[in-house]
Amino acid sequence: MVLDYQIIAPADLHQEMLRLRAEKGMDFLVNLTGMDWGEEGFGVVYQLESTQTGEQINIKAICADRENPTLPTVSDIWDIANIYEREVYDFLGIIFTGHPDMRRIYLREDWVGYPLRKDDKPEEQNPLRMDAVPLSDETVCYEMGEDGKLVKRKNVIFEQDDYVVNMGPQHPSTHGVLHFRVALEGERIKKVDPVLGYIHRGIEKMNESMTYPQTLALTDRMDYLGAMQNRHALCKVIEEAMGVEVSDRVKVIRTIMDELQRIDSHILFFSCLCQDLGATTAFLYGFRDREKVLDIFEETCGGRLILNYNTIGGVQADLHPNFVRRVKEFIPVMRKGLKEYNDIFTGNVIARNRMEGVGILTKDQVIAMGCTGGTGRASGWHNDLRKLRPYDAYDRVDFKEITFEKGDSFARYMVRLLEIEESLKIIEQLIDNIPEGSYQEKMKPIIKVPEGTYYSAVEGSRGQFGVFLESRGDKFPYRIHYRSTGLPLVYAMDTVCRGNLIADLVTIGGTLDYVVPDIDR
Amino acid sequence: MKKPKIKSIPYEEFNDNETFESLVQKLNENGVNIVVKSLDDLFDWGRSNSLWPLTFATSCCGIEFMAVCAARYDIARFGFEVTRNSPRHADVILVSGTIVKKMAPVLKRLYDQMADPKYVIAIGGCSISGGPFRKSYHVVMGVDEIIPVDVYVPGCPPRPEAFLYGMMQLQRIVKVENFFGTTNRKERDPFKKEYEERSEKILASQEEA
Ligand code: SF4
Repeated sequence: MVLDYQIIAPADLHQEMLRLRAEKGMDFLVNLTGMDWGEEGFGVVYQLESTQTGEQINIKAICADRENPTLPTVSDIWDIANIYEREVYDFLGIIFTGHPDMRRIYLREDWVGYPLRKDDKPEEQNPLRMDAVPLSDETVCYEMGEDGKLVKRKNVIFEQDDYVVNMGPQHPSTHGVLHFRVALEGERIKKVDPVLGYIHRGIEKMNESMTYPQTLALTDRMDYLGAMQNRHALCKVIEEAMGVEVSDRVKVIRTIMDELQRIDSHILFFSCLCQDLGATTAFLYGFRDREKVLDIFEETCGGRLILNYNTIGGVQADLHPNFVRRVKEFIPVMRKGLKEYNDIFTGNVIARNRMEGVGILTKDQVIAMGCTGGTGRASGWHNDLRKLRPYDAYDRVDFKEITFEKGDSFARYMVRLLEIEESLKIIEQLIDNIPEGSYQEKMKPIIKVPEGTYYSAVEGSRGQFGVFLESRGDKFPYRIHYRSTGLPLVYAMDTVCRGNLIADLVTIGGTLDYVVPDIDR
Repeated sequence: MKKPKIKSIPYEEFNDNETFESLVQKLNENGVNIVVKSLDDLFDWGRSNSLWPLTFATSCCGIEFMAVCAARYDIARFGFEVTRNSPRHADVILVSGTIVKKMAPVLKRLYDQMADPKYVIAIGGCSISGGPFRKSYHVVMGVDEIIPVDVYVPGCPPRPEAFLYGMMQLQRIVKVENFFGTTNRKERDPFKKEYEERSEKILASQEEA
């Protein structure tokens, strides 16, 4: 969809945002993208949404000063802006005045330059450093002084006598290379400070020098448990921008594939959570069933994990002749598997005690922190894009949006298990009537997207996965930004873990279900 | 030359036996007497069938590693199932996934913490050469820039069968080593010197910068 935006001067930005929040009920900050517009200066695009009315407003703020770009913070209005603004600072060097914690978040603290600036040369200034990653206990906060000069103030992250435990980056239960610094009071958690970037691969910067079909390849490698959906989102935004309408067959294929991917991801969620809690048998059960999904993928796409299936205007290859039969065989097997999961783990007293009432997130919190997907739904937030703004074939299938009210670890666990069943239902309704037609629209050999700003999102395995695309009419994108599904979840860790036991950090992290390369991009 | 046997697979069916043979030659340069050699064989038989991997995964390839550990591919058939969470207990590190500049010092430290004799397998395009992220500003172009690699397993991600094949190749290397002669005495290891020289070069280039 094309993004229409209002431009607001930096001086009025904070006032205007407060007004939108209060009068229009804009309580969900969907996405925040830092931009380098060259001559025009730096800036940020804010995408707001009201969870009550569904209305969306997009705001653009530009700071023309390329030497010292500053903007007022909105982190006091939307909690999640806290981490988004740090990301923008890290990559573009825009200073947000009033933000309590202006530290780099992905790159090393001694990194030189801001890689997403168009004139930055990150490779030249930053050779491989083999000394330990520096981590300071202090941070800075900038205020705008009376005379228009920036005033620097120190802020403390950890006090001198805080007891801080490092968890990660090499830890089997952080689901990748994530690093938490945890301050403890006895066994209770006082504060969690996530350090990201141990798998930051610079995908957004690489995309700027790739043609559109080339950019597709990297999406699968971000959230590899949502490979189909990620690529789907990028294809969708390019197709919408170019005005390409895909055939009905493609729509149905994409829907089925997305759901299979969701099942794959949720099974892996179950397996890993059980493994983290010490139930190795359940882990093996989960992987046994997951292999069946991978077999189906492999026949049609050729890959097990990295699928490379969606393309601009369709899909890479037609369905394998065995596809329908295999999927039909899989559905009852999965149902049986689900029953086994419930028998072996859901009812288990130990599992219950470790999950029930632990790590509670309220509905207001999940909205403020933008935790979409299963985590949001476990707290009673109806955020399923398949229901809110149905795309592809989702408007013609009947399924339930699973929500819970309690928002604890157990609710988050149950949401995923029940969603597997809903996904099976969706597949069942579609598998017998996949329409005939072409699986790939005819596209020009060189794909150029008309000038403009676009955004499109799909419901990924763990929340809203969106792609922000700005094009200048070239065969290369001017800027691509991915709305990561995991970043809000990691940001929520601090809030949700406070007051809980350190041992529960593993359970809570497991049930939030993030994938680290998707956070770091 | 001794031809190590891995399960029931004939020696000729392994690819790239030339590299392997040149490696064997280098390892055996010093020579040992027959009693020690027999002891070596016994030790190597035991070691090669109980290589404990470190649980180390940074991204996509790590998920395939989990699949290799699970029921269908069952890494336990080879004695690799004892995945260790601490580098101090591990014999082999499977670098599965992209290594970026921020992670590089961590990986180096993990490697240094492992007890000798230790082995490295580079899994996937990323850890061999940067893979699909070769143009990136934040990715290390191959882990052999930081730590010495014994076996490379190409793929993106490699299939589970390729993982197993790579691990069998490692078993072959372990089987032909002279445990008492060289492996156990690092000062005589022909590869150790190469590695140290390379590390020094990286450090020197850093100081320049
Ligand atoms: S080689 Fe491919 S699958 Fe493996 S970590 Fe790199 S991108 Fe992921």
